[in-house]
Amino acid sequence: MSTESLRIVWIYPDLLSTYGDRGNLLILARRAADRGIPVETYEVRSDQRMPNSADIYLIGGGEDGPQALAAQRLLADGGLHQAVNQGAAILSICAGYQLLGHSFYAKGAKCAGLGLLDITSDRGETRAVGELRGDIDPRLGLPPLTGFENHGGRTHLGAHAAPLARVTGGIGNDGQTEGAWAGKILGTYSHGPALARNPAIADLLLRWSTGADRLTPLDDTWSERLRNERLAAASPAV
Amino acid sequence: MILTVWQLDVTFASGTLAGVTDGMPLIAKVATSVSKTAAALSRAAGRGDGSVIGGWIGLKIDPDLLAHLASGRAVALVSGTNGKTTTTRLTAAAVGVLGRVATNSFGANMPTGHTSALAKEGHTPFAVLEVDEHYLPQVIDQTRPKVVALLNLSRDQLDRAKEVAMMAQLWKTTLAGHPDIRVVANADDPMVVWAASSSPQTTWFSAGQRWHDDSFVCPESGHPIERSGGDWWCTGCPLRRPRPQWVVEDEGVIDPRGDWHLVKLQLPGRVNIGNAATALAVAGEFGVRPIEALPRLSRVASIAGRYAQVDRDGRNIRLLLAKNPASWLEAFDMADQAPTLLSINARDPDGLDTSWLYDVDFSPLRDRPVLITGDRAFDLAVRLQVNHVPFRHVNSFDEALRSVPPGRLEVIANYTAFQDIRAELDRVN
Repeated sequence: MSTESLRIVWIYPDLLSTYGDRGNLLILARRAADRGIPVETYEVRSDQRMPNSADIYLIGGGEDGPQALAAQRLLADGGLHQAVNQGAAILSICAGYQLLGHSFYAKGAKCAGLGLLDITSDRGETRAVGELRGDIDPRLGLPPLTGFENHGGRTHLGAHAAPLARVTGGIGNDGQTEGAWAGKILGTYSHGPALARNPAIADLLLRWSTGADRLTPLDDTWSERLRNERLAAASPAV
Repeated sequence: MILTVWQLDVTFASGTLAGVTDGMPLIAKVATSVSKTAAALSRAAGRGDGSVIGGWIGLKIDPDLLAHLASGRAVALVSGTNGKTTTTRLTAAAVGVLGRVATNSFGANMPTGHTSALAKEGHTPFAVLEVDEHYLPQVIDQTRPKVVALLNLSRDQLDRAKEVAMMAQLWKTTLAGHPDIRVVANADDPMVVWAASSSPQTTWFSAGQRWHDDSFVCPESGHPIERSGGDWWCTGCPLRRPRPQWVVEDEGVIDPRGDWHLVKLQLPGRVNIGNAATALAVAGEFGVRPIEALPRLSRVASIAGRYAQVDRDGRNIRLLLAKNPASWLEAFDMADQAPTLLSINARDPDGLDTSWLYDVDFSPLRDRPVLITGDRAFDLAVRLQVNHVPFRHVNSFDEALRSVPPGRLEVIANYTAFQDIRAELDRVN
């Protein structure tokens, strides 16, 4: 950690906060605080400088126009790139995930992304809407991913990014793989408050940022009930 | 089945339709009569309130039926994300000063519902219709309204609805093609103001707006929107809050002449004073004065179960409908500090996605006992934990009722959850 408190930045809530994206900030802060880890959270608007010294950055989903604008501003600002070079972690969702790649499509035009993840995104023929489920890369040691996806994009991974999960229900990147990760950067099409259904991903980000090998377990009874219900709902019909 | 409906109709039609269908093409007369019969059958069979099925069949027979039925009436349309049903009910009450009003007061707000409502009411000089946001262009084309009221635009069921900016663009384009329509629009919502800016004749109202998360960015220029007090303006283009002619102030409304009127309602909350102000503004376009309309507004007690109070087993149950983040904030404002049951579903009419739970701050509920239920109670449970709101999960409405002491029980539910509980209470209106 760069300071005594864990510092979490929510990137551009004025542009990228389509549906409940605030949840990821609230959940991370809550799970840190419950372990006695001091937390500071920052909501950085698109007309403000992006700090380069935070520990975790969250970037959410949004409509085409705001997505393109967010990419332009983050490229011009440079703060997020510096933060990554200094070892910061990123959780990126949907439009935010796409714009971390080399390029993406918004309003029918190809847009330059930040190049922080080795991915490119284009448009699928159909919109992917519904429950999403996948087995997360075993190297991350996490239980299955569950989420709700709602996107028109398809994402292709380069050699320097690994799929976050193998799809077992829904579409994700292309019906086979879902999301991507490299270093401490995670991306997923599981939209909105993805951490509500995946508290283990929240804890992974906290472990990366604090350097702790393990964290005090929390009472996740309700999260577990929610996960079981949603994982069952995403099962292919038998 | 359809054959049966036709046969029944022939014997049923002749006497009941005099006046409604005069001057209509024959096909429209037949369609109107079948539509009414089907609605009556649906009600008699206990299959529904008849507000959709009749219109659906009528429109199958005559696709122009809505236009035929609307012709000759002075029509007002009410659209927006929230408050449509209540504002429509209040507007119909206010316009009722002038004569009979046909209205779709059950919230069936697509063309099938409009067709049923007009067919059922027979010939009326006025019609006040609630319109789903997506259908506004089509319903404007068919009903040629005198007035269109635009309430607000915010996120609502994004897994299937158009995104907010696209909806505003749809409205803007539509109104640009109908310069003869008088628009009554919310000055406090930048998305609505932008949509209405294409109309040459707009009356602005100010009813306050609690929800700002969908209008940080100017839909015209893409620049940030600044806010200060009740005012707002774009930092990159001339779009800014217009000066409203109708303004909510304290427990009343200031009219365009500057006179303040006390608004006494049975409906709870400041949001309903805003809805009443909108109704007065729309009725004003028809020549109704507030002093004439206000006694009628005060007689509206509940709308299709919304705000209804039911006494059962010593508990006074009050039903509040909350469909999206903006309306949840309003519901917390209306609810008493009493035991509160929250019920959440995510069926088709609700939207399949529960992410919006994180757009709502539930902390106002920390000071009261909270019960949760519904298909998606677990989503709600996780949300409330993150929000530090203690709660108890119950498996049914009856269990909830037994779990609270005698006295008020506030029930806040989203659409199908609300309908489920309303069914438990004998479809209270």
